[in-house]
Amino acid sequence: MNGCLERLYNGIVKENPTFILMLGMCPTLAVTTSAFNGLGMGLSTMAVLVVSNLIISILRNVIPDRVRIPAYIVIVASLVTVVQLLIQAYIPELYDALGIYIPLIVVNCIILGRAEAYASKNPPLLAAFDGIGMGLGFSIALACMGFFRELIGAGTVFSGTPFAYSLPEVYEPVSIFVLAPGAFLVLALIIAFLNAMNIENNGRKKVEGCDGACGNCGKVETCDKRRRSK
Amino acid sequence: MKELMMILVGAAFVNNVVLSQFFGLCPFLGVSKQVKTAASMGAAVIFVITISSAVASLIYDFILVRFHLEYLQTIVFILVIAALVQLVEMFLKKASPGLYQALGVYLPLITTNCAVLGVVLQNVQKEYVFTGMGWNALLVSVVNGFGTALGFTIAIIIMAGIRERIAYNDIPKPFQGAPIVLLVACLMAIAFFGFSGLI
Repeated sequence: MNGCLERLYNGIVKENPTFILMLGMCPTLAVTTSAFNGLGMGLSTMAVLVVSNLIISILRNVIPDRVRIPAYIVIVASLVTVVQLLIQAYIPELYDALGIYIPLIVVNCIILGRAEAYASKNPPLLAAFDGIGMGLGFSIALACMGFFRELIGAGTVFSGTPFAYSLPEVYEPVSIFVLAPGAFLVLALIIAFLNAMNIENNGRKKVEGCDGACGNCGKVETCDKRRRSK
Repeated sequence: MKELMMILVGAAFVNNVVLSQFFGLCPFLGVSKQVKTAASMGAAVIFVITISSAVASLIYDFILVRFHLEYLQTIVFILVIAALVQLVEMFLKKASPGLYQALGVYLPLITTNCAVLGVVLQNVQKEYVFTGMGWNALLVSVVNGFGTALGFTIAIIIMAGIRERIAYNDIPKPFQGAPIVLLVACLMAIAFFGFSGLI
Protein backbone atom coordinates (compact mmCIF):
# COMPACT_ATOMS: atom_id res chain seq x y z
CA MET A 1 0.00 0.00 0.00
CA ASN A 2 2.93 2.29 0.74
CA GLY A 3 4.00 2.08 -2.86
CA CYS A 4 0.61 3.36 -3.97
CA LEU A 5 0.71 6.33 -1.59
CA GLU A 6 4.24 7.08 -2.73
CA ARG A 7 2.97 7.16 -6.34
CA LEU A 8 0.25 9.67 -5.39
CA TYR A 9 2.75 11.93 -3.59
CA ASN A 10 5.15 11.61 -6.50
CA GLY A 11 2.53 12.67 -9.03
CA ILE A 12 1.06 15.55 -7.09
CA VAL A 13 4.16 17.09 -5.51
CA LYS A 14 7.53 15.64 -6.40
CA GLU A 15 7.10 15.24 -10.15
CA ASN A 16 4.08 17.45 -10.74
CA PRO A 17 3.62 17.08 -14.52
CA THR A 18 2.87 20.76 -15.12
CA PHE A 19 5.00 22.76 -12.73
CA ILE A 20 8.04 20.47 -12.39
CA LEU A 21 8.19 18.31 -15.53
CA MET A 22 6.61 20.93 -17.84
CA LEU A 23 4.65 18.32 -19.81
CA GLY A 24 1.30 18.76 -21.53
CA MET A 25 1.68 22.49 -22.00
CA CYS A 26 -0.95 22.89 -24.72
CA PRO A 27 -4.05 22.17 -22.61
CA THR A 28 -2.46 23.81 -19.58
CA LEU A 29 -2.33 27.15 -21.33
CA ALA A 30 -5.27 26.85 -23.71
CA VAL A 31 -8.23 25.77 -21.60
CA THR A 32 -7.48 27.42 -18.25
CA THR A 33 -9.54 30.51 -18.97
CA SER A 34 -11.72 29.51 -16.01
CA ALA A 35 -11.32 27.26 -12.99
CA PHE A 36 -14.19 25.02 -14.16
CA ASN A 37 -12.65 24.45 -17.59
CA GLY A 38 -9.24 23.77 -16.08
CA LEU A 39 -10.64 21.24 -13.65
CA GLY A 40 -12.75 19.60 -16.37
CA MET A 41 -9.73 19.22 -18.64
CA GLY A 42 -7.64 17.90 -15.75
CA LEU A 43 -10.18 15.28 -14.79
CA SER A 44 -10.79 14.14 -18.40
CA THR A 45 -7.06 13.72 -18.87
CA MET A 46 -6.86 11.86 -15.56
CA ALA A 47 -9.60 9.44 -16.62
CA VAL A 48 -7.72 8.63 -19.83
CA LEU A 49 -4.40 8.42 -18.00
CA VAL A 50 -5.58 5.99 -15.31
CA VAL A 51 -7.25 3.60 -17.75
CA SER A 52 -4.44 3.78 -20.31
CA ASN A 53 -1.82 3.13 -17.62
CA LEU A 54 -3.86 0.15 -16.40
CA ILE A 55 -4.34 -1.36 -19.87
CA ILE A 56 -0.75 -0.79 -20.95
CA SER A 57 0.54 -2.26 -17.71
CA ILE A 58 -1.63 -5.37 -18.13
CA LEU A 59 -0.47 -5.76 -21.73
CA ARG A 60 3.16 -4.90 -21.03
CA ASN A 61 4.38 -8.46 -21.61
CA VAL A 62 2.20 -8.97 -24.69
CA ILE A 63 3.06 -5.89 -26.76
CA PRO A 64 6.25 -6.45 -28.78
CA ASP A 65 8.93 -3.91 -28.01
CA ARG A 66 9.34 -2.67 -31.59
CA VAL A 67 5.74 -1.61 -32.12
CA ARG A 68 5.03 -0.42 -28.60
CA ILE A 69 4.65 3.30 -29.40
CA PRO A 70 2.02 2.79 -32.15
CA ALA A 71 0.24 0.31 -29.86
CA TYR A 72 0.17 2.85 -27.02
CA ILE A 73 -1.10 5.56 -29.35
CA VAL A 74 -3.97 3.37 -30.54
CA ILE A 75 -4.95 2.49 -26.95
CA VAL A 76 -4.84 6.15 -25.89
CA ALA A 77 -6.70 7.37 -28.98
CA SER A 78 -9.52 4.86 -28.41
CA LEU A 79 -9.87 5.92 -24.78
CA VAL A 80 -9.88 9.59 -25.74
CA THR A 81 -12.66 8.95 -28.24
CA VAL A 82 -14.69 7.24 -25.50
CA VAL A 83 -14.15 10.14 -23.10
CA GLN A 84 -14.99 12.66 -25.82
CA LEU A 85 -18.31 10.95 -26.59
CA LEU A 86 -19.14 10.70 -22.87
CA ILE A 87 -18.48 14.40 -22.27
CA GLN A 88 -20.46 15.32 -25.36
CA ALA A 89 -23.41 13.31 -24.06
CA TYR A 90 -23.40 14.20 -20.37
CA ILE A 91 -21.61 17.57 -19.93
CA PRO A 92 -22.33 19.45 -23.19
CA GLU A 93 -21.28 22.83 -21.75
CA LEU A 94 -17.82 21.46 -20.97
CA TYR A 95 -17.68 19.92 -24.44
CA ASP A 96 -18.35 23.31 -26.03
CA ALA A 97 -15.81 25.06 -23.81
CA LEU A 98 -12.98 22.58 -24.39
CA GLY A 99 -13.74 21.96 -28.08
CA ILE A 100 -10.82 20.72 -30.13
CA TYR A 101 -8.63 20.28 -27.05
CA ILE A 102 -10.49 17.10 -26.05
CA PRO A 103 -9.33 15.03 -29.05
CA LEU A 104 -5.90 16.60 -28.56
CA ILE A 105 -5.56 14.73 -25.24
CA VAL A 106 -4.16 11.96 -27.49
CA VAL A 107 -0.97 13.92 -28.06
CA ASN A 108 -0.66 15.10 -24.46
CA CYS A 109 2.93 14.14 -23.62
CA ILE A 110 1.99 13.23 -20.03
CA ILE A 111 0.00 10.19 -21.15
CA LEU A 112 2.54 8.71 -23.57
CA GLY A 113 5.31 9.74 -21.19
CA ARG A 114 3.83 7.82 -18.24
CA ALA A 115 3.05 4.84 -20.48
CA GLU A 116 6.64 4.67 -21.66
CA ALA A 117 8.36 5.60 -18.40
CA TYR A 118 6.21 3.82 -15.82
CA ALA A 119 3.27 1.69 -16.95
CA SER A 120 5.30 -0.41 -19.37
CA LYS A 121 7.63 -1.55 -16.56
CA ASN A 122 5.38 -1.89 -13.50
CA PRO A 123 2.43 -4.01 -12.27
CA PRO A 124 -1.16 -2.81 -12.96
CA LEU A 125 -2.07 -1.59 -9.45
CA LEU A 126 0.97 0.66 -9.12
CA ALA A 127 0.52 1.88 -12.69
CA ALA A 128 -3.09 2.82 -11.98
CA PHE A 129 -2.06 4.73 -8.86
CA ASP A 130 0.68 6.42 -10.85
CA GLY A 131 -2.04 7.53 -13.26
CA ILE A 132 -4.21 8.82 -10.40
CA GLY A 133 -1.28 10.71 -8.86
CA MET A 134 -0.15 12.28 -12.12
CA GLY A 135 -3.75 13.02 -13.09
CA LEU A 136 -4.45 14.72 -9.76
CA GLY A 137 -1.23 16.70 -10.02
CA PHE A 138 -2.25 17.84 -13.50
CA SER A 139 -5.85 18.64 -12.43
CA ILE A 140 -4.69 20.65 -9.41
CA ALA A 141 -2.22 22.59 -11.54
CA LEU A 142 -4.86 23.36 -14.17
CA ALA A 143 -7.51 24.32 -11.63
CA CYS A 144 -4.97 26.56 -9.91
CA MET A 145 -4.08 28.34 -13.18
CA GLY A 146 -7.75 28.63 -14.09
CA PHE A 147 -8.56 30.03 -10.65
CA PHE A 148 -6.03 32.88 -10.91
CA ARG A 149 -6.82 33.67 -14.54
CA GLU A 150 -10.56 33.74 -13.95
CA LEU A 151 -10.24 35.73 -10.73
CA ILE A 152 -8.05 38.45 -12.22
CA GLY A 153 -9.35 38.36 -15.78
CA ALA A 154 -13.10 38.10 -15.20
CA GLY A 155 -13.53 38.82 -11.50
CA THR A 156 -15.30 35.50 -10.88
CA VAL A 157 -14.43 32.03 -9.63
CA PHE A 158 -16.08 28.78 -10.77
CA SER A 159 -18.76 30.78 -12.58
CA GLY A 160 -21.57 28.64 -13.98
CA THR A 161 -21.31 26.10 -11.14
CA PRO A 162 -23.08 25.97 -7.75
CA PHE A 163 -19.86 27.22 -6.11
CA ALA A 164 -19.81 30.44 -8.12
CA TYR A 165 -18.28 33.47 -6.46
CA SER A 166 -17.70 36.88 -7.92
CA LEU A 167 -15.71 39.87 -6.76
CA PRO A 168 -17.58 43.07 -5.84
CA GLU A 169 -18.60 45.26 -8.78
CA VAL A 170 -15.94 47.84 -7.94
CA TYR A 171 -13.33 45.46 -9.34
CA GLU A 172 -12.49 46.18 -12.98
CA PRO A 173 -11.50 42.85 -14.65
CA VAL A 174 -8.09 42.80 -16.36
CA SER A 175 -9.28 40.92 -19.42
CA ILE A 176 -5.80 40.22 -20.83
CA PHE A 177 -5.51 37.46 -18.21
CA VAL A 178 -8.19 35.37 -19.91
CA LEU A 179 -6.59 36.02 -23.32
CA ALA A 180 -3.54 34.20 -24.69
CA PRO A 181 -0.75 36.37 -23.14
CA GLY A 182 -2.28 35.99 -19.68
CA ALA A 183 -1.81 32.21 -19.86
CA PHE A 184 1.93 32.55 -20.43
CA LEU A 185 2.21 35.24 -17.77
CA VAL A 186 0.37 33.31 -15.03
CA LEU A 187 2.31 30.09 -15.68
CA ALA A 188 5.62 32.01 -15.69
CA LEU A 189 4.78 33.67 -12.36
CA ILE A 190 3.62 30.42 -10.70
CA ILE A 191 6.78 28.56 -11.73
CA ALA A 192 8.98 31.49 -10.68
CA PHE A 193 7.21 31.53 -7.30
CA LEU A 194 7.81 27.78 -6.83
CA ASN A 195 11.45 28.24 -7.84
CA ALA A 196 11.84 31.03 -5.30
CA MET A 197 10.38 28.82 -2.56
CA ASN A 198 12.74 26.03 -3.55
CA ILE A 199 15.80 28.27 -3.49
CA GLU A 200 14.84 29.52 -0.05
CA ASN A 201 14.35 25.98 1.30
CA ASN A 202 17.68 24.87 -0.12
CA GLY A 203 19.42 27.70 1.67
CA ARG A 204 17.85 26.73 4.98
CA LYS A 205 18.65 23.04 4.78
CA LYS A 206 22.40 23.63 4.47
CA VAL A 207 24.44 21.13 6.48
CA GLU A 208 26.23 22.57 9.48
CA GLY A 209 29.69 23.86 8.73
CA CYS A 210 29.02 24.11 4.99
CA ASP A 211 31.14 26.73 3.28
CA GLY A 212 29.42 26.36 -0.05
CA ALA A 213 32.30 24.50 -1.70
CA CYS A 214 31.39 20.84 -1.93
CA GLY A 215 34.78 19.57 -3.16
CA ASN A 216 36.30 18.03 -0.03
CA CYS A 217 33.22 18.02 2.20
CA GLY A 218 32.70 14.70 4.00
CA LYS A 219 28.95 15.18 4.17
CA VAL A 220 28.41 15.13 0.42
CA GLU A 221 26.11 12.10 0.50
CA THR A 222 23.67 13.54 3.02
CA CYS A 223 23.77 17.15 1.85
CA ASP A 224 20.54 18.33 0.26
CA LYS A 225 22.13 21.04 -1.82
CA ARG A 226 24.65 18.70 -3.35
CA ARG A 227 22.08 16.06 -4.17
CA ARG A 228 19.88 18.56 -5.94
CA SER A 229 22.67 19.85 -8.14
CA LYS A 230 23.61 16.36 -9.31
CA MET B 1 -7.17 33.41 -55.03
CA LYS B 2 -7.90 36.27 -52.66
CA GLU B 3 -9.69 33.93 -50.27
CA LEU B 4 -6.73 31.56 -50.25
CA MET B 5 -4.42 34.45 -49.34
CA MET B 6 -6.77 35.39 -46.51
CA ILE B 7 -6.69 31.84 -45.16
CA LEU B 8 -2.90 31.74 -45.46
CA VAL B 9 -2.34 35.05 -43.64
CA GLY B 10 -5.03 34.23 -41.11
CA ALA B 11 -3.46 30.89 -40.25
CA ALA B 12 0.10 32.20 -40.15
CA PHE B 13 -0.32 35.50 -38.27
CA VAL B 14 -3.78 36.31 -36.97
CA ASN B 15 -4.49 32.93 -35.39
CA ASN B 16 -0.87 31.98 -34.84
CA VAL B 17 -0.82 28.32 -33.75
CA VAL B 18 1.61 28.74 -30.92
CA LEU B 19 0.82 32.16 -29.58
CA SER B 20 -2.94 32.24 -29.77
CA GLN B 21 -4.06 28.62 -30.03
CA PHE B 22 -1.30 27.01 -27.94
CA PHE B 23 -0.63 24.11 -30.32
CA GLY B 24 2.89 22.76 -30.52
CA LEU B 25 4.15 24.32 -27.33
CA CYS B 26 6.45 21.44 -26.43
CA PRO B 27 8.83 21.97 -29.36
CA PHE B 28 8.28 25.73 -29.11
CA LEU B 29 9.67 25.73 -25.57
CA GLY B 30 12.01 22.76 -25.96
CA VAL B 31 13.76 23.24 -29.30
CA SER B 32 14.10 27.03 -29.35
CA LYS B 33 17.56 27.45 -27.83
CA GLN B 34 19.32 28.13 -31.15
CA VAL B 35 18.08 29.72 -34.33
CA LYS B 36 19.61 27.00 -36.48
CA THR B 37 17.87 24.05 -34.83
CA ALA B 38 14.67 26.07 -34.55
CA ALA B 39 14.74 26.68 -38.30
CA SER B 40 15.27 22.94 -38.99
CA MET B 41 12.36 22.10 -36.73
CA GLY B 42 10.20 24.65 -38.50
CA ALA B 43 11.11 23.22 -41.90
CA ALA B 44 10.27 19.70 -40.77
CA VAL B 45 6.93 20.85 -39.38
CA ILE B 46 6.01 22.69 -42.60
CA PHE B 47 6.83 19.56 -44.56
CA VAL B 48 4.81 17.17 -42.39
CA ILE B 49 1.79 19.40 -41.77
CA THR B 50 1.34 20.27 -45.45
CA ILE B 51 1.44 16.63 -46.54
CA SER B 52 -0.67 15.32 -43.67
CA SER B 53 -3.41 17.92 -44.21
CA ALA B 54 -3.71 16.72 -47.80
CA VAL B 55 -3.72 13.02 -46.94
CA ALA B 56 -6.02 13.38 -43.93
CA SER B 57 -8.41 15.51 -45.97
CA LEU B 58 -8.65 12.81 -48.65
CA ILE B 59 -9.11 10.02 -46.11
CA TYR B 60 -11.78 11.93 -44.24
CA ASP B 61 -13.72 12.84 -47.37
CA PHE B 62 -13.57 9.51 -49.19
CA ILE B 63 -13.40 6.92 -46.42
CA LEU B 64 -14.74 8.24 -43.12
CA VAL B 65 -17.64 10.30 -44.50
CA ARG B 66 -18.45 7.70 -47.15
CA PHE B 67 -18.91 4.95 -44.55
CA HIS B 68 -20.25 7.20 -41.75
CA LEU B 69 -17.26 6.61 -39.50
CA GLU B 70 -16.64 10.24 -38.51
CA TYR B 71 -16.42 9.33 -34.85
CA LEU B 72 -13.21 7.41 -35.57
CA GLN B 73 -11.46 10.56 -36.81
CA THR B 74 -9.09 11.00 -33.85
CA ILE B 75 -7.77 7.46 -34.07
CA VAL B 76 -7.49 7.48 -37.85
CA PHE B 77 -5.79 10.88 -38.03
CA ILE B 78 -3.16 10.12 -35.41
CA LEU B 79 -2.31 6.85 -37.17
CA VAL B 80 -2.12 8.63 -40.53
CA ILE B 81 0.23 11.22 -39.05
CA ALA B 82 2.44 8.63 -37.37
CA ALA B 83 2.66 6.57 -40.55
CA LEU B 84 3.29 9.66 -42.65
CA VAL B 85 6.11 10.88 -40.45
CA GLN B 86 7.70 7.46 -40.75
CA LEU B 87 7.24 7.53 -44.51
CA VAL B 88 8.66 11.02 -44.88
CA GLU B 89 11.62 9.93 -42.79
CA MET B 90 12.34 6.92 -45.00
CA PHE B 91 11.85 8.94 -48.18
CA LEU B 92 14.16 11.73 -47.08
CA LYS B 93 16.81 9.26 -45.95
CA LYS B 94 16.92 7.85 -49.47
CA ALA B 95 16.23 10.93 -51.60
CA SER B 96 17.94 13.74 -49.74
CA PRO B 97 20.40 12.56 -47.08
CA GLY B 98 21.55 16.15 -46.51
CA LEU B 99 18.14 17.36 -45.40
CA TYR B 100 17.62 14.15 -43.41
CA GLN B 101 20.84 14.80 -41.51
CA ALA B 102 19.87 18.41 -40.86
CA LEU B 103 16.48 17.50 -39.39
CA GLY B 104 17.89 14.64 -37.36
CA VAL B 105 15.91 13.64 -34.30
CA TYR B 106 13.26 16.33 -34.80
CA LEU B 107 11.58 14.45 -37.61
CA PRO B 108 10.23 11.49 -35.57
CA LEU B 109 9.30 13.84 -32.71
CA ILE B 110 6.79 15.63 -34.91
CA THR B 111 4.25 12.83 -34.43
CA THR B 112 3.58 14.10 -30.92
CA ASN B 113 3.51 17.75 -31.97
CA CYS B 114 -0.10 18.62 -31.35
CA ALA B 115 0.02 21.29 -34.06
CA VAL B 116 -0.20 18.52 -36.68
CA LEU B 117 -3.22 16.75 -35.21
CA GLY B 118 -4.70 20.13 -34.29
CA VAL B 119 -4.60 21.45 -37.86
CA VAL B 120 -6.00 18.28 -39.31
CA LEU B 121 -8.89 18.26 -36.83
CA GLN B 122 -9.50 21.95 -37.42
CA ASN B 123 -9.73 21.45 -41.17
CA VAL B 124 -12.62 19.10 -40.50
CA GLN B 125 -14.15 21.35 -37.84
CA LYS B 126 -14.08 24.38 -40.12
CA GLU B 127 -15.86 22.22 -42.71
CA TYR B 128 -13.16 22.26 -45.35
CA VAL B 129 -14.75 19.03 -46.58
CA PHE B 130 -15.62 17.56 -49.94
CA THR B 131 -19.40 17.54 -49.45
CA GLY B 132 -19.41 21.31 -48.95
CA MET B 133 -16.85 22.69 -51.39
CA GLY B 134 -15.84 19.88 -53.77
CA TRP B 135 -12.19 19.57 -54.77
CA ASN B 136 -11.52 23.04 -53.39
CA ALA B 137 -11.66 21.43 -49.95
CA LEU B 138 -8.35 19.73 -50.62
CA LEU B 139 -6.71 22.96 -51.75
CA VAL B 140 -8.06 24.97 -48.82
CA SER B 141 -6.99 22.30 -46.32
CA VAL B 142 -3.46 22.27 -47.70
CA VAL B 143 -3.24 26.09 -47.71
CA ASN B 144 -4.54 26.22 -44.13
CA GLY B 145 -2.03 23.57 -43.07
CA PHE B 146 0.84 25.32 -44.80
CA GLY B 147 -0.10 28.69 -43.29
CA THR B 148 -0.33 27.23 -39.81
CA ALA B 149 3.05 25.56 -40.13
CA LEU B 150 4.50 28.82 -41.46
CA GLY B 151 3.17 30.60 -38.38
CA PHE B 152 4.79 27.98 -36.17
CA THR B 153 8.12 28.41 -37.94
CA ILE B 154 8.03 32.20 -37.66
CA ALA B 155 7.20 32.04 -33.95
CA ILE B 156 9.85 29.46 -33.08
CA ILE B 157 12.58 31.31 -35.02
CA ILE B 158 11.76 34.62 -33.34
CA MET B 159 11.73 32.88 -29.97
CA ALA B 160 15.12 31.26 -30.66
CA GLY B 161 16.58 34.63 -31.67
CA ILE B 162 15.39 36.23 -28.43
CA ARG B 163 16.62 33.30 -26.33
CA GLU B 164 20.08 33.50 -27.92
CA ARG B 165 20.22 37.11 -26.76
CA ILE B 166 18.91 36.67 -23.22
CA ALA B 167 21.22 33.71 -22.59
CA TYR B 168 23.88 36.11 -21.30
CA ASN B 169 21.57 38.46 -19.43
CA ASP B 170 21.48 38.76 -15.67
CA ILE B 171 18.09 37.20 -14.91
CA PRO B 172 16.81 36.95 -11.30
CA LYS B 173 17.37 33.42 -10.02
CA PRO B 174 13.72 32.27 -9.69
CA PHE B 175 13.04 33.39 -13.26
CA GLN B 176 15.90 31.48 -14.85
CA GLY B 177 14.93 28.65 -17.17
CA ALA B 178 11.27 28.13 -18.01
CA PRO B 179 9.71 31.28 -16.45
CA ILE B 180 11.73 33.76 -18.50
CA VAL B 181 10.94 31.83 -21.69
CA LEU B 182 7.23 31.94 -20.82
CA LEU B 183 7.47 35.67 -20.16
CA VAL B 184 9.05 36.17 -23.58
CA ALA B 185 6.22 34.13 -25.09
CA CYS B 186 3.75 36.34 -23.24
CA LEU B 187 5.24 39.50 -24.77
CA MET B 188 5.31 37.86 -28.22
CA ALA B 189 1.64 36.93 -27.84
CA ILE B 190 0.79 40.55 -27.03
CA ALA B 191 2.77 41.66 -30.10
CA PHE B 192 0.91 39.17 -32.29
CA PHE B 193 -2.37 40.68 -31.11
CA GLY B 194 -1.43 43.53 -33.42
CA PHE B 195 -2.25 41.30 -36.39
CA SER B 196 -5.81 40.70 -35.26
CA GLY B 197 -7.12 43.74 -37.11
CA LEU B 198 -5.61 42.47 -40.36
CA ILE B 199 -8.54 40.38 -41.56
